[in-house]
Amino acid sequence: MSQNVVIIGGGPAGIEASRRLRDLGYTPILVEKEPALGGHLSRWDRLFPDGVEARSILEPMLQDLDGIKYFTDTEISSINRLKDTWVVKLSNGLSAQVRALLLTTGFDLFKAEKKEEYGYGIYERVVTNADLEAWFKAGAAPQFDDVKTLGFVHCVGSRDEKAGNRQCSKVCCVTAVKQACEIKEKFPDATVYCFYMDLRMFGRKYEDLYLKAQKDYGIRFVRGRVSEVSEDIDGHLFVKAEDTLFGKPLKIKMDLLVLMAGMAPAASTQPLARMLNITTGEDGFYQPQNLIDSACTSAREGVFFAGTATGPKTLPETIAEAGSAALAIDRYLKTPVK
Amino acid sequence: MIDFGYGLTPSATLKIENVQNPKFAALHEREPDVVKCIACGSCTASCSAGVFTEMSLRRVILSLQRGREKETLPMLQHCMLCGKCQLVCPRGINTRHLILSIGKVYGLNEEEAL
Repeated sequence: MSQNVVIIGGGPAGIEASRRLRDLGYTPILVEKEPALGGHLSRWDRLFPDGVEARSILEPMLQDLDGIKYFTDTEISSINRLKDTWVVKLSNGLSAQVRALLLTTGFDLFKAEKKEEYGYGIYERVVTNADLEAWFKAGAAPQFDDVKTLGFVHCVGSRDEKAGNRQCSKVCCVTAVKQACEIKEKFPDATVYCFYMDLRMFGRKYEDLYLKAQKDYGIRFVRGRVSEVSEDIDGHLFVKAEDTLFGKPLKIKMDLLVLMAGMAPAASTQPLARMLNITTGEDGFYQPQNLIDSACTSAREGVFFAGTATGPKTLPETIAEAGSAALAIDRYLKTPVK
Repeated sequence: MIDFGYGLTPSATLKIENVQNPKFAALHEREPDVVKCIACGSCTASCSAGVFTEMSLRRVILSLQRGREKETLPMLQHCMLCGKCQLVCPRGINTRHLILSIGKVYGLNEEEAL
């Protein structure tokens, strides 16, 4: 009988790691709290840098679940250490005794309403990157058809000590540039601004996308963080920032403002950390043994990580790490119990 | 480039290697957060005084770090200490306290300086 491995979190990291573990001869037990697998990826329309459809990545994954036991709408009730194994009890009444556990619990999108000065949830024309992506995915016209001027606010809940999120969320810079180009295609006459502090175009072809946004789409980049947003009587927005390169404060009327909400540690991080007696960093993400060559291993025997549970990552990084975690688990399980 | 001293106009380049800044060191000791600024400009954008005057805390901090305080310190005289900049600073700098400390260390006029 093949050995079970419990994987907690059914996003791309959890699905990919399950497939790899199955290919290595194990029986993965994949646990997802939402009604469907796929995580944030299932709600996204297109992916940077090339604009491939998110479903073209996710669907093949979801069609390849043979040999994987997965449970949706299921949470972890308890986890206990018993000799050299973990006993995992699920909310559906089932339980499993395994030597290896993989945490692929991902991230939560930063709650943009926490940045009250931007007015998300108060002003109708302030939306988030996730809202915009949902529009794109639904193929529905955005709820406002008179969009002439719109802006993207980078670093919403990222690099922000006040919001309790000091880290850079890594993916928002290039996502904003991607979405700015997409919205320019929907509203060709609109003037599109990106308000940024730094643009971190670190990945292959990201810089090309940035160049294309400037050259082909005419996106206007303003170096300055938006300080506050207010609304006029018609519901249009007034956005205040400093053009720091010019050295003057700036005020602009906008029809739509998109907040680039970043990645925050998943709500499940702390409860699971307590159950497993593992540590999280100052940033609230799980703490691996080190961030160089043991990013998938925890300080506790038989507990592994993959994906954004250990900090913001891009999708290709997450998928690659899921493979690495599967190999780390394989090596661990092939080591005889002491 | 060697400055032979014959130039008709003074060099406009910033000589940051020559910045010997005991005053900035004194400020840093009082206000360790002064080096945390990432120049995002939120303070300037929210500044009540900045709408009508040249006041820009971001520029003041940068000019202090570059040893060019003479050019920007007069800006601070427009500050009303309303504290809006403190509300928006993503690095959580206590900007009001910083401005008061700048005044103490540099003096908003020569007699006041430490």
